[in-house]
Amino acid sequence: MAMLNFEKRYRVRGGTLTGGDLFDFWFGPFYVGFFGVTTLIFTLLGVAMIVYGAAIGPTWNVWQINIAPPDLKYGLALAPLKEGGLWQIITVCAIGAFVSWALRQAEIARKLGMAYHVPIAFSFAIFAYISLVVIRPVLMGAWGFGFPYGIISHLDWVSNTGYQYLHFHYNPAHMIAITFFFTNALALSMHGGLILSASNPPKGDRLRETEYEDTFFRDAIGYSVGTLGIHRLGMFLAVSAAFWSAVCILLSGPFWTHGWPEWWNWWLNLPIWR
Amino acid sequence: MKLAAAFLGVVIASLLTIAMLFTAGWVRPPILSTQVGFRGLAMNQLTTPAARSKLELANALPEAVPPAEPGGPLAVDTYKNVKVLTDLTTVQFNTLMAAITTWVAPNEGCGYCHNTDNLADDGIYAKTVARRMIQMTRHVNKDWKAHVANTGVVCWTCHRGNPVPANVWTNGMGWPQAGGFATTNYGMGHPDAANGSTAMTQDPYTALNDKSVIRVQATKALPANSNGASIFATEQTYSLMIAMSQGLGVNCVFCHNSREFGQWPESTPQRLTAWHGIQMVRDLNGAYLDPLKTVLPASRLGPLGDAPKLNCATCHQGANKPLLGVSLAKDYPELGGTPAK
Repeated sequence: MAMLNFEKRYRVRGGTLTGGDLFDFWFGPFYVGFFGVTTLIFTLLGVAMIVYGAAIGPTWNVWQINIAPPDLKYGLALAPLKEGGLWQIITVCAIGAFVSWALRQAEIARKLGMAYHVPIAFSFAIFAYISLVVIRPVLMGAWGFGFPYGIISHLDWVSNTGYQYLHFHYNPAHMIAITFFFTNALALSMHGGLILSASNPPKGDRLRETEYEDTFFRDAIGYSVGTLGIHRLGMFLAVSAAFWSAVCILLSGPFWTHGWPEWWNWWLNLPIWR
Repeated sequence: MKLAAAFLGVVIASLLTIAMLFTAGWVRPPILSTQVGFRGLAMNQLTTPAARSKLELANALPEAVPPAEPGGPLAVDTYKNVKVLTDLTTVQFNTLMAAITTWVAPNEGCGYCHNTDNLADDGIYAKTVARRMIQMTRHVNKDWKAHVANTGVVCWTCHRGNPVPANVWTNGMGWPQAGGFATTNYGMGHPDAANGSTAMTQDPYTALNDKSVIRVQATKALPANSNGASIFATEQTYSLMIAMSQGLGVNCVFCHNSREFGQWPESTPQRLTAWHGIQMVRDLNGAYLDPLKTVLPASRLGPLGDAPKLNCATCHQGANKPLLGVSLAKDYPELGGTPAK
């Protein structure tokens, strides 16, 4: 990981969120910072707890390791370590690590005099996670409503939670979230394809400039969103996907307990055709 | 023009948003739930305090009829034309008649079934139906313990004070269907209460009146050399399952672990009870209810001329145990109920 000769110029001290210069240095190519250290501590502790949970569990099969949230009877209290307490500690560690990482991104942005688009975008992913394991369980009244940590077990949770509402695809916020995820994939693949097609020509061929990229889309669909615009669009689509998926699960349970198909009765009962 | 269109768009969007936000069914915490299975499995039933008290209110018990004193002459010796309740004493017989009136025709009284000038007369069709229904109730309580256990059923379980139970079905209900060349979607795409407001078939109950196999789940991932169940059969089954859920006021994971719907070892014990329930409903529809089409007046029949039949909601009425598990049958051995020990 050799450093390019001009990179040193960007490595300015100061601008930390906590003030002072605690851990304000680089380790190889990585900026450390206070929040880099907290990220590391939370990550190591959390992963150690997962390994401990696996060790006291019935299997080392990586697909089947399951660290489950507490029984519902514990409500919003602390649970014994081996009966969901581990899940609670791991949740705290995960949130600590994710939030630290976002704050580290913010510090790096400050040092470079950039805006906060990256940490803001990342915070939407954190919000989606916190919705699942904190906000919704608190609204429902028990940590046991969080999803279990395990590759197969969390998929089982998703499936069963979906079928608690008979047919989750009728959840309007889920519909919006899915639409954003698909549109996001479509936009990213078209953008990636366009950039590669213009800027990665075969050997000996000429590189095509931005005007070609714009013209391609003007020819194809009559409009080019532009070089800056595609990235605005990308951030909007990705952030919206995460946001609406958080909304769709926050509605399910705390604010809607029936089948989601029933929700559409408002449409069926519109006075126009009722 | 552009401004007017934009204005119209904003107005329509606002009206739709208001309709959507204020639609019936939204709830707010606290949410009541019970855990089933291992923690984190998410096989929960969800309800709210308001919904629970509404259910309790809907399942209020009828006015109790004092039990019959034992002994005395048999009804068959006292009255004329007693054909079914031949094993009851006169006192038992009269007590049961009073109870049936409370349960089935509280406003109409004895005259709903009987010619009040001559109670032995069979002239009113409702009397013939009631006789058959008494036989059916006894059959359920004695032969379908796999479904009703010792809790049993009485007339009130379904009737709740209505001469015709509120939840019955006939063939050809719902939106009219074109036939012949014009047949398009086999009754799909018409959301209504029966299919839980989905776009699946509007007549989910036909499987409750035949012997078809309700089994559409693949038994292995990516089954090779097999087309599996048809979309039609699948939607028919899903529609029936949603109707069952609605009838019992539960969701899919009350019986199934959605990880693999078909697996019995991973299902809850309730699934077995429900399976017996389906067999019971088929038996009752085939042997007791559909044959009544020759007795019932045309106004009681469905659009295709068949008699009103049972589904899960007929007894359950939104509760996973009818009457929230209270056994009325234990006080009515006359109806085949099992007395409490």
